[in-house]
Formats: sequence, C-alpha cells, structure tokens
Amino acid sequence: MLEIIIRLALLFCSISMLGLIYRVIKGPSVADRVIALDAVGINLVAITALISIVLNSHAFLEIILLIGILAFIGTVAFAKYLEKGVIIERERNH
Amino acid sequence: MSYLHWAIVAPLFLSIFIPIFYKVFRRIHTGWFVLPLPILLFVYFLSFLPVTMSGKTMMESMNWIPSLGINFTAKVDGLGLLFSLLITGIGALVVLYSIYYLAKDKEKLNQFYVYLLLFMGAMLGVVLSDNLIVLYAFWELTSFSSFLLIGYWYEREKSRYGAQKSMLITVFGGLAMLGGIILLYIMTGTFSVTEVISQANEIFNHALFVPALICILLGAFTKSAQFPFYIWLPDAMEAPTPVSSYLHSATMVKAGIYLVARFTPVFGEHSLWFWLVSGVGILTLIWGSIFAVKQTDLKAILAFSTVSQLGLIMSLLGVGAAALHYEFLDDNIFTVAVTAAVFHLINHATFKGSLFMAAGIVDHETGTRDIRKLGGLMHFMPITFTISIIGTFSMAGIPPFNGFLSKEMFFTAMVHVIEMDIFNLETLGILFPVFAWIASIFTFVYSMILVFRTFTGKYQPEKLDKKPHEAPIGMLISPVILVSLVIIFGFFPNLLSHSLISPAMASILPSLLGPGEEFMVHISFWHGFTIELFMTLGVVILGIILYKTHSKWKKIYQAIPDKLALNRFYDSLLEGVQLGSHKLTKSYMNGSIRSYLVYIFAFFIFILAATLIGKNAFKLDTSNVSAIGVYEVVLAIFVVVGSISILFVKSRMTSIILLGAVGYTVSLFYVLFRAPDLALTQLVIETISVALFLVCFYHLPKLRKFETRMRFRLTNALISVGVGAMVTLIALSAHSNKLFDSISKYYVENTYTEAAGKNMVNVILVDFRGFDTLFEITVLAIASLGIFGMIKLRLNRRKEG
Repeated sequence: MLEIIIRLALLFCSISMLGLIYRVIKGPSVADRVIALDAVGINLVAITALISIVLNSHAFLEIILLIGILAFIGTVAFAKYLEKGVIIERERNH
Repeated sequence: MSYLHWAIVAPLFLSIFIPIFYKVFRRIHTGWFVLPLPILLFVYFLSFLPVTMSGKTMMESMNWIPSLGINFTAKVDGLGLLFSLLITGIGALVVLYSIYYLAKDKEKLNQFYVYLLLFMGAMLGVVLSDNLIVLYAFWELTSFSSFLLIGYWYEREKSRYGAQKSMLITVFGGLAMLGGIILLYIMTGTFSVTEVISQANEIFNHALFVPALICILLGAFTKSAQFPFYIWLPDAMEAPTPVSSYLHSATMVKAGIYLVARFTPVFGEHSLWFWLVSGVGILTLIWGSIFAVKQTDLKAILAFSTVSQLGLIMSLLGVGAAALHYEFLDDNIFTVAVTAAVFHLINHATFKGSLFMAAGIVDHETGTRDIRKLGGLMHFMPITFTISIIGTFSMAGIPPFNGFLSKEMFFTAMVHVIEMDIFNLETLGILFPVFAWIASIFTFVYSMILVFRTFTGKYQPEKLDKKPHEAPIGMLISPVILVSLVIIFGFFPNLLSHSLISPAMASILPSLLGPGEEFMVHISFWHGFTIELFMTLGVVILGIILYKTHSKWKKIYQAIPDKLALNRFYDSLLEGVQLGSHKLTKSYMNGSIRSYLVYIFAFFIFILAATLIGKNAFKLDTSNVSAIGVYEVVLAIFVVVGSISILFVKSRMTSIILLGAVGYTVSLFYVLFRAPDLALTQLVIETISVALFLVCFYHLPKLRKFETRMRFRLTNALISVGVGAMVTLIALSAHSNKLFDSISKYYVENTYTEAAGKNMVNVILVDFRGFDTLFEITVLAIASLGIFGMIKLRLNRRKEG
C-alpha cells in the first residue's frame, strides 16, 4: 500500500516538476522563472524524501535540508539581483 | 688522455686563454701567442712519419660514453697524418700571415683567434677521430667555427648572408652524415671506423647500405662544395682573407674529401659510389672552371677555382675506388687515380693557400680585389707577382711546378677510365677524359686571367683608393714558404711519395695491400710521348688562344651561366620555404578559438573512429547491464529536455536557469544512485556556479540590441553530434569490454577495520587516496588566488587613467 502511494506521489511530483520546467523555459518574465525554479527546489525536496523511503535509507536527509537552504538563498539572491542589479552590495554604495 | 688527445684539443684549450692574452697584452699582437701552437703541433705530427711510413697506425682511446660505444678514439694513419700536417702547417702559416694582415687596433683579434683555434682543433678532431660520433661532433664544430669566421665582420650584410648560407648548407650535409653514421651503426653495431671497414664485405648487400652511402656522400659533398652544394663557397669569400685561405681552400673544404677517402674502403666497391663520387666530381670540376672564368673578383675566381679543383680530387677518388674491383696490386693501373688525388690534395693546399694570400696582399695594398680596376701591378709588387705567377702556373698545370705533375696523373687516371670494363664504362667512360680535358682548358684560362689581368697590362691609378706598394715582409713570409713548397714538390715530388702519399694510399685502399707491402709511388716528369703529354700540350695551346681572344667571347657568358646559376635557385628556395610556411601557418592559425576547437574535436572524432573501426573494437554486450527503473527514465528526460532547450532559448538568463535545473537534476541522479555526498556537493556547487554565471552575464556588454538565438552552423552541429556519438560508442564498448572486477571490494571490507570510518567515500578521499584530495585543495587555492589576483592586480590601470 505504502509502496503504491509513494510511487503515485513520485509520479505527481514529476508531473508538477515538468510543469514547473515548462514555466522555467517559457517564462515569460524572469520573476516567473525564478519562482518556478524555487518550486523546482521544493519539489526536489519532496522527491528526495520519497526516494529515501524507496531506497530505505536515511543518508539523504541532509540533502533535504540543504536543498531547502539553497532554494531559499538562491531565490533571495535572484530577488535581490532583480531588484538592485547586484547581489552583494559594496558598503560605500550606502 | 694521451699526448695525441692533448694535441687534438690543445687549440681548443688555447682558445680559452686568447681573450685573456688580448686584454692583458694590448701592445702585442694576439696572433703571436697563437703562432707557437700550430708550429709545435706540426713538429709533433712530423714525429709520426716513421710510424705511418712503416705501415703502422697509432691508436689512442679515451672513454667518453662507453655505455653507448662512443669513445674519443684517436687514430693516426697515413691519411689522418697527411691532413693533420696540412692543418697544422698551413695553420701556422695562416696565423703568421694574419698577424700582418689584421690590424692590431682596428680588429676584434680576440674573437678572430678564438674562432680560428676552435676551427683548428675541430679540424684535427675530424681527421684524427676513429669514432664516428666524435668525428661528427668535430665536423659540426668546423661548420660552426666556419660560420663564425665568415661572419667575422658581422656589421656587413654580405658577411651575414654568406655565413648563414654556409651554415645552412653544411649543417644540412652534416645532419645527413649523422644519419649515415647511425645507419652504419645499425648495420655493424660499432661506431669505430676501423671496425666498420673490417666489416665492409658483410654489410655490402644490406638493405641500408645504399641509404648510408648516400647520406655519407651528402655530408661530404656539402662540406667539400661539390655540385650542386658548391654555392656557399663563393659567398664565404666575405670572410677575412686568412680565413678564406685556410678554411676555404686548404682545410675545411677538404674535410669532405677526407670523408670520401676514409669511407672508400667501406663503400668503394659499390657502383653507385663510383658513379656519384667521380660523376659529381667531374661535373663540379667542369662547372666550377667554367664559372671561374666569368668572375671579376680575385677571391671569387679563387673560390670557383677551389670548387673546381675539389671536384678534380673528388673524381680522382671515385675513379680510384674502382681499383678495389681488381684484386691485385701489380699493374693495377687505377691506383694511380688515388695517387693523383692525394698528390693533388697536397699541391692544391700549397698553391691555393699562396694564391689566396697573394690576393689578400693585393686587396690590402690597393684597396680592391676587382680585376677590372687592377692592372700593371708587376712593378709595384714584384714579390707578390712572383708568388702569384708560380701559384697560377701550378694551378694551370704548367711545368715545372707541382700542379703539372698532378694534372698529368689526373689525365692518366681519366684516360684509364676508358679501359675499365665495369659499370658500363666501355661506352660512357670516354666522357671522363673529355670533360677533364675541357675543364683543364678553362682552368688554364682563368689562371691566366687571374695573374695577368692583375699584374700586367695598364696601371689604372685613378681607380685605386691607395697607392700600391709592396707588402710588408711579414705578410710575404707565408706565401713565399708555400710557393717554395710548390717548387720543391714540383722538382722533387718523390720527397712526398714514400713519406706521405704511400701511407695515405694505404689507408684509402687497405684491401689491396698484402702484409708488408706498400704502394710504390713514383712520380716523374717524363713519361715519354704518351697521350697525357699531348693532352697537356692541347690544354696549353687552346688555353693561350682562348685567353688571347677572351674579350671577344666573354659576352657569351652574360647570356648562358646566369640562367644556370644555382644561387637564384637557393634564394628562391629559401624565400619560398619562408613564404610557404608563413602562408601555411596563417591558413590554419587564424586566431579564432572556434576553428581550433573544430580542429581538436574533428581530430578527436577522426582518431577515435579510425581506432574503433581499425581495431574492430566496437562491442555491445548487455549481459551485465542492470534493469532500468522508471525514476531513471524520468530524470533522464529532465536532463535531456533541459540540456536541449539551452541550445534554443533566446535570453542568457534563461540558459543559466536551465543549466541550474540540469545541475539539480544531476544531483537527483546522485540521490537515486545512492551517492549522498556527491549529491550534497553537487547541489552546493551548482548553486554557487549559477550565481557566478549570473554575476558574469550581468556585466557582459550588450553587443546587439536584441539577444538572439545561437546561430545554426552545420559544421558545429556535425561535430557536436559526432563527438556525442563517439563518446557514447566508446562508453558502450568500454562497458561491454570489462576485463576484470573492480577493486572496490577491498574498500568495502576495510573501510572500518583499517581506517576507522563508516563513510566509505570520505574515507577514500582522506585516507586511502588522500593525495588526490591534497592537490584538489591546491587547485582550489590556486583558482581562488588567481581570481583575487585578476581582480585586484591591474598593472595597467594607471595608464588607462
């Protein structure tokens, strides 16, 4: 039972991933793509977790955390980039 | 080291001290410090005469690189001794002459004598080495020191041209000779000349015999200025006259003759040797003599005359080699050719040396060497005139000088060629005496021009820079000694026959001598009324007629020889090679990275495909392939879709994001294939690199207003598809060709027991194979320092302002 559910969940994750990648490719604006990429990251978290269950291993739990952090940092960096044009500001710019 | 070795390298040692003498004793001409050495060596080498006269040789060996069979073996036999005496004897005379010729305060005497001593030592090394590699080393040293001496007045354009030309041609020949030496080594297994000669019969039918013969002859022909390599010698006349006299008439150009003589016992029985040596020799003889008539510069006449006389000696050696076909000594008429060659070698060194010195005196005292400006110098320079007339008469072959004797013997040898019944000589042999005879006529003509145009006729003071007067006595000593030798050898030729000629012949034709025998050389003035006498008479009569009518027919020269001049060919060859290679390089090194990548990848595809097909290596074996799960398929689709879309998107930003997506999917692959550490690292790195790409692309200049899609290029598409297909094919065959199990079992078993860790990847990284990690850390450090340096260190910032 659990097996089937996990398979189904993975399938749905993949479908949503495809949808997200379609958005990443298509756009139309950069913000759309960044949001889509952020969602791809969260999707990856889900897929990694599901696969850990399939593989019956807890070696990948760190990856889940890491993806969460990276997705956050990446999205913030993109956001700042889109708004200010730079990611790390120099102090004298203040 | 024996005394003999010291004698060979003594000039090289002395050359080290020459600059010191030059600096310390400024008031004494440096040449005086050089002079004792060649005299000493000459006396030393004279002491070997009894050894060689009794048919013995003297060998001294010194280890150099014994493991390769290369030892500095010095061998004194008849031939080597003859050359050593020439080198040291004429060397001493030339040094004496140069002391008066080169001014103490105007010339760079330290350089001159260093080069000259280098040359002298090298030349002694060439003629006395028994080891072929040592011989080659000294051989190149002669080329090199000759290059330095020709370019002695390096501020002149023509000196540099002549030096470069002689260097290119002689080094070309030297390298060919090295090839021949190596081929001989392959055949015989030894570098020793003596041992090669002893194995001559065994290698006669070897496949490499003919290539070795040709290579060795190339070396000899380039060095001895044979056709068509003679062209460097006239241009080498830019050297100071003592150098021309020493190197380019008496010694260095005879190194090729020496080589041919030395290798006659090895190659002499081959018909190719006969045809090449005597054919090229006789061609050079006639060619050089015809061209010499055309020249107007004294040294140019002498240069072409040297070319022609070297051809004469060469052809005699070729004909002499035919003597090896007749395995008996009595009545072996062809040995006379070798006698003539050796005798003429000595004669040529004496009269040509003196003629060069006389030309140098004329140049020194009048300021020109152009025979059109000279004339009527007889009364100003009686001694020089006497020297010249003896030298030229000897060169032209007029009795009673030594040139007459060797010319007679030359004719004898050439007439005997007709009697040979080998190598189709019954029909073609007649050409030899005819060519020899015509060349002798031309020799006579240019000899007469040389002496009479310079010293008789009208004196033209308006064309001369200086008022001519007789040379200082010191300058005259050397040529006077040489012409007295011309006369002495002319009247008493048998002084030489037992002491020098017979031992030298014994080394050229050793197989003809039984134990205890020696060549009976008897040179006489009077043979009776033979054909040679009439030939000489013909030469003299026709020569006088041609000389008297020279002004009428010399116009023919303006038409014919220009087209045949090989200098033009050499120049256009050199230019063509430069132009051609320049064009070639420009055609493919176009500075665009794209083209270079096209070459690299095209070769990659070509070579790998050729190897796969040639070795029939492609193999598909699915027996050890694991089952494909659905997750892998899905992820693969993600990667493929992401990668392919990168090619077709318009904006840079999109491609970066797509690249990031592909990277993340790859990390999912790592998860799926159970590599948590890899997945972690991949995620972090992918994020950072995407960020870096963003930083870069933000700063890229906007080249076009609208970002466009990548242009389609068929070459690029073909090559990328080709590379992809190639790598896939190789990966498939590599997977199907696994020959043995992997060694990972060891790590699985020992990770915890040996290294106290449970994470196998990390244990491998820091324990089993920690060295790789160390240097990858280094790579990262270098990269970061490099980036820091590139950003911070802007040396040209100030210039840009």
